[in-house]
Amino acid sequence: MNVMLNAALQAQIVAQLEASYPNEGGGFLLGQAGHDSARISQALPVDNVFATAEQDHRYAMRPQDWMRWEDAAEAQGLSLLGYYHSHPDAPALPSEYDREHALPNFIYLITSVQAACAADMRAWQLRADRSAFDRLSLSIR
Amino acid sequence: MASIRIPTPLRAFTAGAAEINASGNTVGEALQSLVEQHPDLRNHLYTGDELRSFVNIFIADEDIRFLQGLDTRISTDTTLRIIPSIAGGDIS
Repeated sequence: MNVMLNAALQAQIVAQLEASYPNEGGGFLLGQAGHDSARISQALPVDNVFATAEQDHRYAMRPQDWMRWEDAAEAQGLSLLGYYHSHPDAPALPSEYDREHALPNFIYLITSVQAACAADMRAWQLRADRSAFDRLSLSIR
Repeated sequence: MASIRIPTPLRAFTAGAAEINASGNTVGEALQSLVEQHPDLRNHLYTGDELRSFVNIFIADEDIRFLQGLDTRISTDTTLRIIPSIAGGDIS
């Protein structure tokens, strides 16, 4: 699958995640999915509600945020395509923790933030058998 | 029958349906009915016989954990909603 993200949205995500540093930040991705591509049209920041002392390496959202944005997406004729989050001072690779908490058919956009600067952004998707993530193509335009 | 609203990423396992009718008198029975109809959902909702920790079941705005959990009684006009708790973190 090819994930398409425009440069302005990428800049918005990067600014949020750099501002969250040294804690993890994140949010939902809304847009339209086709057979082998997904076009992201909105990035919606959501509060990190993980215990404050662990926010430098953990991220969690309230289930109510999922409900709110899934409903909002559908009301606009869009889909809840995925979510983004940062890995402060760590690579843009999904962790075992990510895998345990992931769903297939959902885009996981991970940004490595090194010393408050975004260094790498990669898109991932969990395999249907939950065994591993596959890296997706990410097009910035 | 009660109905169960499926989160967007799992609709690939319900042939695209956002809502599935399910039989049963409790939340647990309705979920069992759901996975019997759509067996590929099971691995994403359960680990063994337990719901995965990030899988939440809501009735309207109430998390069933604050009701009677899987034993919560439901009626034919109940709508359940499966809501994942999004969580992530780095390798540490």
